[in-house]
Parts: sequence; structure tokens; C-alpha cells
Amino acid sequence: MTAAVITPSRKGSGFWAAFARNKGAVIGLVFLTLVILMAVFADLLFPTSPWDMTTIPFQPPLSEDALLGSDTLGRDIASGIAHGARVSLLIGLTSTAVAVLIGVLLGAVAGFYGGRVDDAVMRFTELFQTIPNFVLAVVLVAIFTPSLASIVLAIAIVSWPPLARLARGEFMSLRSREFVQAAVTTGQSNLTIIWRQILPNSLSPIIVSASLMVATAILLESSLSFLGLGDPNLMSWGYMVGAARTVIRQAWWMSFFPGIAILLTVLALNLVGEGLNDALNPKLARKGRA
Amino acid sequence: MSNRLRCFRQSLTAAALAAMLAIPGAAMAQERGGTMNIIVQPEPPILVLGINQQGPTQTVAGKIYQGLLTFDFNLKPQPELAESWEVSPDGKVYTFRLVKNAKWHDGKPFTAHDVVFSTSKFLMETHPRARATFSKCEKIEALDDHTVQFTLKEPFGPFLQAFEVSSAPMMPKHIYEGTDFKTAPANATPIGTGPFKFKEWVKGSYIHLVRNDEYWKAGKPYLDDIYFRVIPDAASRSVAVEQGTVQQTQFNDIETFDVPRLKALPNVEMTTKGYEFFAPLSWIEINTRTKPLDDKRFRQAMMHALDRKFIRDKIWFGLGRPATGPVNSVTRFYEGNVRKYDYDPKKAEALLDEMGLKKGADGNRAKVRLLVMPYGETWTRLGEYVKQAMKRVGVDVTLETTDAAGWVNRVSNWDYDLTFNFVYQYGDPALGVSRTYVSDNIRKGVMFSNTMGYANPEVDRLFAQAAQTNKDEERQQLYSAAQKILVEDVPVAWLLEMEFPTFIDKRFKNAVTTAIGVNESYDSVYMVKK
Repeated sequence: MTAAVITPSRKGSGFWAAFARNKGAVIGLVFLTLVILMAVFADLLFPTSPWDMTTIPFQPPLSEDALLGSDTLGRDIASGIAHGARVSLLIGLTSTAVAVLIGVLLGAVAGFYGGRVDDAVMRFTELFQTIPNFVLAVVLVAIFTPSLASIVLAIAIVSWPPLARLARGEFMSLRSREFVQAAVTTGQSNLTIIWRQILPNSLSPIIVSASLMVATAILLESSLSFLGLGDPNLMSWGYMVGAARTVIRQAWWMSFFPGIAILLTVLALNLVGEGLNDALNPKLARKGRA
Repeated sequence: MSNRLRCFRQSLTAAALAAMLAIPGAAMAQERGGTMNIIVQPEPPILVLGINQQGPTQTVAGKIYQGLLTFDFNLKPQPELAESWEVSPDGKVYTFRLVKNAKWHDGKPFTAHDVVFSTSKFLMETHPRARATFSKCEKIEALDDHTVQFTLKEPFGPFLQAFEVSSAPMMPKHIYEGTDFKTAPANATPIGTGPFKFKEWVKGSYIHLVRNDEYWKAGKPYLDDIYFRVIPDAASRSVAVEQGTVQQTQFNDIETFDVPRLKALPNVEMTTKGYEFFAPLSWIEINTRTKPLDDKRFRQAMMHALDRKFIRDKIWFGLGRPATGPVNSVTRFYEGNVRKYDYDPKKAEALLDEMGLKKGADGNRAKVRLLVMPYGETWTRLGEYVKQAMKRVGVDVTLETTDAAGWVNRVSNWDYDLTFNFVYQYGDPALGVSRTYVSDNIRKGVMFSNTMGYANPEVDRLFAQAAQTNKDEERQQLYSAAQKILVEDVPVAWLLEMEFPTFIDKRFKNAVTTAIGVNESYDSVYMVKK
């Protein structure tokens, strides 16, 4: 049992080897890096705003001035995909960060203190879990009017419950370990024990599920934008698909390329998440593969 | 007015007009029989036209109920339940002679007493637009069973326009007198004088109207029955046309992006005629209380910065005409000789420079908000276009989105910089145009009023004077003057004279023959059998 508590030095050395053993994860990581680079250098690749009507509307792919074609107003699809990567990644990462913050905080409190505190926090969590994620997100964005902040908040609010349950489980099992009890007997405060002793040892599964959550967040944002609930001043992939949906029979490329971008990015994130799982939870991973 | 008392009589005979109307169909034999399926969307709440005048209600109930007059494509009055009419030289007394053989669907005769009841009692209670018109009457009386006379307190130019079927549908006195009109049980089974009778309404599915065998025009109607099909999903409506399961769509039934595809179908015909009475005009509404929108040069710059041909061709897929001013060119008293705003970003920049709005480090001179009208995809695309087009001349536009209720709330309470809007013009500037621009219609909390806060005493005077005369030449002069001032001032940035596509199965003839198009009674529509 004590072997489960991996010391930092051993974890660091075996991490890359374990991660690289999963080929899918490496491919995912490479693709994800490309997407991140595209997002970072979007302004250099496509200096004009993705909203600019730079060419003739309805240009098919491989046209002279629009590699992936142009949309109904003559906006460059390729430029939209590059700039849209920013929005998708930004929203995916920040909303996950917020969700992790809420989820781990509540889960830690519930798992560490147990008893009535645990009951109260978990009932509160269940309250959110009984409402369908997407419906709640739509309602929240509609109420707060669509903007970057409201979308991030809405996605975070619907995403934290599973993390809270995960963190609670980890904290409950670690709470009774010898090293925690040792910390208690040496008189460390509850806050120190949570922060210094238990949290570092429960991070692995949280990181894995957070990486998968980024993928879900990107999908949620795309779905919201598809329904016209995105920030109207930001170009995003979901918006592109949603706006082009109406002309799909005349111009397939307008929704196809951003759709592919969403698909591949979400797939890459899932592959990376799996790789992280292999690397960080070696025992679990081996069991899964057998 | 009164010192120039000329004997100015307007009198039209039914016979002459009937002859005119008969020409289009004369070439082909008009056979009895046939069933027409028409889309109705959204489903009307009730079919009693006197109580509800929403678009879909008009289209269905226009077959059941009738008005005294209808209007040709040039908005000239044509006989319907009134076979002829006279206007006194001072423009205050209108006398209508009614057809003598019209009957309600329950067999009772239609008389002048029904007209008096409808206009002085029923509609006064239930119909805001009719109330506004008929409250201008000093008295409304039946001279005999088939003659009715309206005496106005003062002349009112567009008075005849008020007798179109949705503006003043004739309601049966014998059924409604003494009841609470809005809750009367009779509302479930509408009784009119029209060519089609109400048969059955399966909520959420269809409304079935059948031929009125006792119809007062001999031999008409030709069709056996009409089904109005409720299809809430836009994609399904297009498919229904493609598959031929419905034979007609109208107004916004077909989304603009589907129009080019359906237009190419071999079995249907598209027309944009038949909306002259409504003649909607779209514009960017400008809150003239805020800076820099209070400066007319800024508003003129907007007119130059927007390529309205692009908007028509790429956003509305070719439907509509770039607007030149506040009056739709198919409405009466349109004036085309006004200041022209061609698409020219340079002129726009020159105007903005003249105002002293210099470009900052980020290339922007000014920042304004645009509240996008929540009426679907097309308006969203328009918002994106306006943002980019204004960016080109150095104006940063922030788009805001909201739901329908939020939009009405914010615009009517003046909490906006720019927004979109479109309104119907109802065939006369006094009915559908002046309300947007006159200063006594600046009313906080009221939608479709002068929400821009535009006030020009000269415009107020011209509109008021033009409404109070029925001499067409005089009205034209006054309206022309008003239009010239408005186009110079740009209280709103006019975009398009909107057109709606009507798709009709090619086997059905005579559907769109008047300015109210699909809301017409359809008594002369017939089906060509193969």
C-alpha cells in the first residue's frame, strides 16, 4: 500500500518513458502542440481580423486567396480556424482551471472533514449533477448575456461536480494513511495537512481528469457558439460551424473544416489525457491494458 | 382646403373593375376543384381576424373574413364587400354601397348594420390599428341596408386604406352583439362572408377550410378546400416544398439562404409581389441622444460606409432593394429625388474627419455598441457585416446579443446605441412611416415608436399636415419635402426595402393578384389539372 505514495524524484524520471509508451498520446501531444502554435502565431499567419471580408463569398477550398475557401460573407475559413484556436483553447483551459479550483476545494473539504460537512457539500454537488450539463450552461449564458467571461464561468459551473467527487474520494482514502496521521500527531494545522500532505499525493488522477475536461470544455464552448450563444465579437470554431450549417448543402467546406478542427483537437486532448493516465497512474493503466 | 371647392368625386363601379380583374385568367379555363396545402407558421392563436391580426392569422382568416375594399399592386382601392364608394369634396364624408347578395357562413345576410357594428363597436374594442382610425369618425351610420356612411371630424388622407381586410375585417353583428368579444364561445367557429368556411382545426397539425357553396360571387371559389399546415421547423418547410407536399409558402416561411435552392425547382414559382401593402423597410436604428451619434455627419458617414448592395446580395440572397429613404418605393407618396448615399468609404471618412474624429493609435476614431436584433441568423450576419464595414472607416462596433424580450425592453427604453429594426408601412406614410419620425411619438417604453429620439419641428409639421388632407397632389408635395429633410438628417440608416418570397406550385393560378397577396380571399385561385 505504501508504494502508492510515489516520491517526486521517481515520478519525474519514469514519466516521459511511461508517456511515450503510448503512441497515441505522443501523436496527440504533437498535434496539440501544433494547435497551440497556430493559436499563438495566428496574428502572424493571418494578420487581418478573421471577421474581415477579404475575398469573394462562397469561394471553394484551394481558391487563390482562400486555401480552405471563404464563407457566406467572404471571410477566410483558414484565418477563422487559426484565430478560433485561440478562443477554443483559451476557454477550454481557463474554464477547466476554474472548475478544478471549485471542484478540488469542495472535494478536499468534504473528504478531509467528513461527517456533516461531507454530507452538506455532497448534497450540494448532487444538486448540480442532477441538472443536465449542457442545459444548465445554456441557461447560465443566456441569463448573463454571452461574453468570454460568462461562457468560461458557465462551463466551469457545469464541469466541477465530477472533480469534486474525485477529490473527495482521494482525500478520504489518504486521510487515514500513516503519513497523514503522523502529520496530525506532529501538530500540523488542517490547512497545512490538506495543502502540503494530501493534495500533492492526490494530484495524479485530478490532472488526468482535468486534461480530459479541457476537451469537454472545448466541445461545450463549440456547442454554445453553434447555438449562437458564443461571444459575438470572438471568432470560434463552434460559431463557424453554426453559421455555415444553414448553407451546408451549397457549401460543405464552411462547416467541414472547423468541424474537423474541433474533432482533431478534442481527440488529441483525449489521447494526451490517456497518456497522462498511463504515466501518472501506472498501476491502474497496467490493469486496464491486461 | 374648403375655399377650393371643386367637385372632386371618386367613384368606381364594380362592373368596370370586375372586367379588369377577369383578364388574367381569361385565357385558361377556370375549373372547379382541387385542394391547396399552404404552410402557416407560426400557428395562429385564434382565427377571428377582428381579434388577432398577427401575420399567420391574416393569411388563414383572410379566406374566411372580408373587408370592404382590397388594393391593387399600386395601392389603388378595389371593391370587395363594397361595390362602390364616394368621398365628399371636403374629404370628410365617405359613403360605401355594399354588395347586396353577400351572406354570412350561417346563411344570414350581410348588411350595412354589420359594417356599423364592426367599425364602431367590435374593432374599437379589439383592434388597436382600427381604433386609431375609426376614433377619427364623428359618426358611422347605416343609410339603408346596403349603404353605410362615415363622417370624419377632419379629413384623414389614408382613410380608405383602413378598409383592407386585416385593417377592418367585417364581423357578424347577429353573432357577437351583446357578448364579450374576446371570450365569446363563437370564436371557436369563425363565421365570415369569405369564399372558404372553417371546417376543422387540429392544433399543431393543420387548419382545414372548405368551399363556401353559398359564396356571393357566382361560380366562385374554384378550389374545393385549403389545408393550412403547421410546420415549425424551417428545414422541414423547405423539404415540404421540394417534395411538393405543400403548394405555397409566404412571408418568412423559407429562410433566405434556402431561397436560391427552391427558386431553381421546376415545379414551383417564386414571386415577391403581393407585399406592397405591408412594404417593410429595414434600417439601423440610431440613438441620437448619444455621442457621436447625435451628429448627423456621423450618421451620413454610416450611410456611405455600408454597401447595401452587398447586404442585399450576400446576406439577403438577392431579396429586396437598397432603400433610398424612409418610404418604401412601392408605398404611396414615395420620393426618389433625395440626397443619394452611394457606397463610398472615402466619403464616410471625410465626414468623420470633418467632425474632428481622428484615428487613434489602434486605428479607431469612435466606439459604439450594436444590439443585434434576435430575429435569426440573417440579422446576426448583418451585425457582423456592419461591424467590419464600420471598422474600415475607423469606427469600432461592439456587438451585443440578447433575446427577443430583452431587445424590446432595451430599445424601447432607449438603452442602446445602434440596433436593427424593420416595420410595415401599411400602404400610406400616415399609417406606417410618420410614426417612426414624429417627435410626439417619442415615448419611453413603447416599441416601434420614435426610439431614436429624433425631433425636427418641420418634419412634424409636414407629416401632420399631409395626414389631414385627402388631396393626393398636396400630400405628395408635403411628403416629398419631409422625405428630403429626413434623408439629409438620417435619423435611421435605411438598409433595404425588404421583399418576401412567395413560393407557389405552378399548377395553382391567380394566387397573388393584389397588394395583400397571400392574405387575399383566394376566391379566384384555381388549379390546372393535367
